[in-house]
Amino acid sequence: MDTPSQLLQLLFTGLTLGSIYALIGLALVTTFNITGILNLAQGEFVTIGALLAISLYATGLPLAAAFIIAVLLVAALGGVLERCAIQTARQASALTLIIITLGLSIFLRGLALLVWGTETYSLPAFSEGGPLFIGGAAITPQSFWIFGLTALTLAGLYAFFELTYWGKAVKAAVLNRTAARLMGINPNRLSLLAFLASGALGAAAGIFIAPVTMTTYDMGFMLGVKGFVAAVIGGLNNIGGAVLGGILLGILESFSAGLISSGLKDAFAIIILIGVLLVRPQGIIGSLKERKI
Amino acid sequence: MAFINKNHFWPGIILFLLIIPLITNSNYLLSILIIIGLYTIIVQGLGILMGYAGQISFGHAAFFGLGAYTVAILTTRFHSPTVLALLGAALLPGVIAALIGRPTLKLQELYLALATLGFGLLVHIGFTEGMELTGGPSGIAGIPYLSVGSFVFDSDIKFFYLVAGILILLSAGIKGLIESRVGRALRAIRESEHAAETAGIDTAALKLQAFIFSALLAGLAGGLYAYYITFISPSPFSFHASVQFVLMAVVGGLGTFVGPLLGAAMVVALGEFLRWAIPVVIPNAGGEYQIIFFGLILVVLMIFQPEGLGALGKRLKPATQKLPGEGYSTKIEAEKEGGL
Repeated sequence: MDTPSQLLQLLFTGLTLGSIYALIGLALVTTFNITGILNLAQGEFVTIGALLAISLYATGLPLAAAFIIAVLLVAALGGVLERCAIQTARQASALTLIIITLGLSIFLRGLALLVWGTETYSLPAFSEGGPLFIGGAAITPQSFWIFGLTALTLAGLYAFFELTYWGKAVKAAVLNRTAARLMGINPNRLSLLAFLASGALGAAAGIFIAPVTMTTYDMGFMLGVKGFVAAVIGGLNNIGGAVLGGILLGILESFSAGLISSGLKDAFAIIILIGVLLVRPQGIIGSLKERKI
Repeated sequence: MAFINKNHFWPGIILFLLIIPLITNSNYLLSILIIIGLYTIIVQGLGILMGYAGQISFGHAAFFGLGAYTVAILTTRFHSPTVLALLGAALLPGVIAALIGRPTLKLQELYLALATLGFGLLVHIGFTEGMELTGGPSGIAGIPYLSVGSFVFDSDIKFFYLVAGILILLSAGIKGLIESRVGRALRAIRESEHAAETAGIDTAALKLQAFIFSALLAGLAGGLYAYYITFISPSPFSFHASVQFVLMAVVGGLGTFVGPLLGAAMVVALGEFLRWAIPVVIPNAGGEYQIIFFGLILVVLMIFQPEGLGALGKRLKPATQKLPGEGYSTKIEAEKEGGL
């Protein structure tokens, strides 16, 4: 058995998976910091994005068009849900809000089941051609697409946060919600923005992995959980941390599945989640804010 | 719901419960009532944890499952006496809750929700992957009936009275608990943990006790479930079941006495109704589409009636019916969150 190349293979698989978890984690952290809501429906955005793109592509649209339309539609879906369900319950407790997002996730999963059924769908790879061999490990072109698109998304978000007014407003709201409000930043609009963005990010993540995984109506839940693990590893209030957390999780999961047991790979992710929550709830690089009474 | 008068409701319910098997010979109805009863036991405990101690759990299906698997494994693999196995079904989840509770309950709301969700998933993976012990995805069959001495609970009617009896005892016990010093202390934690601590309440110990108590009850219900169905597999103990328990607790009304029974009855009845109604209304749709409606109902209820349906009567008659601590107050928590 050629162990070094096998390990390299696992590393590439882990990086591919990790990029997806990073995108989902990023959406969760952005929403959490702007609205204080842990969005349990985030995974469903991933599923619906992927399924929509697959259906649009099946109607004969070019892949790029299907991608853009699906991302926009799911962003709109996120916005509609925010206006209908979150905004109307704005004054409710954190417990109530988390149950609302849970209800939304069940509703969306049911909707996906109704529209797409229990079949498994797939999307063709974004570009043709055989895998590239590096050190004996095969990397599919789709992996490069995933790395590239994730990097592009991250760069775009970085530019948004650093260069635009709304990006700075988001950062200000994350630092201090009340002060941001006093400076004339409208938190309601930011909340809508957060859900639009998390819809778009989730959908993009779903479409990126549609060519390499089986897409089914119920895949979102576990992807959402992985997103949480990524976000928690990085500390829930740290955008860079979520990205790092996602990539770390992807690599850990890939190695544990490859070297120990594939049936237990979800268990490893959850053990990491619980471990980080108990030992370092501020995340591996975050700092714990003083809790206010 | 104004007819739910505290003075007449429980005697009425008890009387009604006791005569049902005499007026129907429908095993379907009886089995639905037994399942509602078993869920009520779980939601009683979850209600104490969520409604009084103010802590959330998205992992109670794990305790339910641990109870069921304890009975299944002890009776089929080790031929233990059935009553002893039932005792184990309650104790094992209790012990596990005691072990994981202290570090876990230190976590605040959202982190606690994630940690319990993770715990539930982990235990469920354990059921599916623990081949030798749990039978993997196909589960364990051939669980004997529960027997006390020479009396065997081998029919729906006998089991119905068993569950009804346990529920009546449990309800009386919980009523006493809620009205005692412990109940007041728990409500104080729900309203403000810091204020409760300042008032000299050992909040960590109380929260842990509420958690252990709720795990014991979920385990007991799981054990009874195994004896009733006589076959178990991992699927009834998934995350979806945990969500259903939270849904039942919330629909019934957190922090209300009738909430657990009301919530369990409504969710089970709704599930059965949708399973029947959806294929009638949408010809090609299977009963599994009921989850859409569960999701919608949960969202709508949380937006417009976060105190649950059990609190509706109180809202209609606030001055005369309101008892201290009844009804779930969200005002303080909303302020704590900064409102926005």
